[in-house]
Amino acid sequence: MPELLDDFFFRALLAAVGIALVAGPLGCFIVWRRMAYFGDTLAHSALLGVALGVLLGIEPVFGVAATVIVLALLLVALQQQRQIATDTLLGILAHSGLALGLVALSFLPQVRVDLLSYLFGDVLAVGKAELLQVYLGGMVALVALMAVWRPLLTATLHEELARAEGIAVLRVRLVFMLTIAIVIAVAMKIVGILLITSLLILPAATARLFARSPEAMALIAAGLAALAAVLGLLGSLNFDTPAGPSIIVAAAILFSAGLVLKPLRGD
Amino acid sequence: MSAAHSLLSARGLGYEAGGRWLLRNVDIDLHAGEIVTVIGPNGAGKTTLLRLLLGLIKPSAGRVERRQGSTVGYLPQRFDADPSLPLSVRGFLALPKPRPSAALRESLAEVGVAHLLDAPLQSLSGGETQRVLLARALLREPDLLVLDEPAQAVDFSGQAELYELIARTRDARGCGVLIVSHDLHLVMASTDTVLCLNQHICCAGKPEAVERHPEYLKLFGTAAEALAIYQHEHDHHHDLEGKPVPDA
Repeated sequence: MPELLDDFFFRALLAAVGIALVAGPLGCFIVWRRMAYFGDTLAHSALLGVALGVLLGIEPVFGVAATVIVLALLLVALQQQRQIATDTLLGILAHSGLALGLVALSFLPQVRVDLLSYLFGDVLAVGKAELLQVYLGGMVALVALMAVWRPLLTATLHEELARAEGIAVLRVRLVFMLTIAIVIAVAMKIVGILLITSLLILPAATARLFARSPEAMALIAAGLAALAAVLGLLGSLNFDTPAGPSIIVAAAILFSAGLVLKPLRGD
Repeated sequence: MSAAHSLLSARGLGYEAGGRWLLRNVDIDLHAGEIVTVIGPNGAGKTTLLRLLLGLIKPSAGRVERRQGSTVGYLPQRFDADPSLPLSVRGFLALPKPRPSAALRESLAEVGVAHLLDAPLQSLSGGETQRVLLARALLREPDLLVLDEPAQAVDFSGQAELYELIARTRDARGCGVLIVSHDLHLVMASTDTVLCLNQHICCAGKPEAVERHPEYLKLFGTAAEALAIYQHEHDHHHDLEGKPVPDA
């Protein structure tokens, strides 16, 4: 095992599968709560977090997690008004965040930041320390998600019903935001800022075709995401394609295959 | 009957939004075993009142007190499960607290839809959804049952049945029931107190008393007569001299 960890490809496999296992279940909630663009917006702002991390001299992972949390709170606050619709807000914050991140990084010429690795991921360069980050972060996110599973599911079905029944919906939602922030922070290195949302929603959407309960959907999504990670990395090795995008292509192929096996139904 | 013994009581309740008072000076008392129905035209502030009483929004004036440790069962006006979420009635009833299958079955049987246990939530009709929501509320063994326009998504023949079911539930469980409705015809005979709401409480009392109240007649005009006819047909008959006699 220790020798295996010295192999860059094995580390990449471990990291990608690790992130996939938590991306599947978390992605289900993103799909159920119709938050795909919300996740995308948070992911886009992650680059600003990288710049902040570099500026403050802390690990980029923490800079990203902090930025994502602040942005999530900002979004919730901005949604209280009615003059600007949520989709407009999301567009504004996503691209302002990304642009601000790019501009901020250009102000730091003394630091060499590999922009492409942040935008599209660099899973083949994952070191042992980053592997540890993925598994620690993933574990915390998964445990947090499991802890709020039932109340979060109830609030997802009908928020006022959950609140009337005494569920602390605000607290549950904060925990949920926190898990999104953690997953974005650790997934950034694997599939990249621009592709994180697809790793969240593609396996979940595929799992919907086959699942009959929320729990089954989460498990199937985790399995499909892990499968996409393995297939994508093998494909990337074989065809010499970029690893992050290859994982997403594999997930998209699985979704298409799912559609062939179980065509979408109406009603 | 005083505020001290009530399940739910509100005093001087008011709610202001955007410089406009949607509700003002509302007093309510609800006791165990009592059915209170709030009626009022659209825009009267019925849903606002309900949300205030449930603690979903904070009052701008006055206060709401609920008996400590009391459990609420709530049936929202609209309940549309997102089709992306695969959930059966069984799974829904077990949220947020897992419960034994026998209890789930029993609660569905109580509201007459035992056959729906494994049906997907999205396949239910309006009436079936209301019954499943009621079954789930009953599983919580509520002291207070709150229903927002329960008959809205139910066809006409189902409406009477639904109200009968609510009355039976009150009789069997002894819980307090608060119903909000915009439809005068549905103010049922088993309601103990009717509150007629139009930003403030216009009049309150037993259904027979409210329907003769000048404020009520002013508010509902001709529609009020329809209620009178409905009551005429259903809660009393006439003796040989033509005087109304309440049904036994």
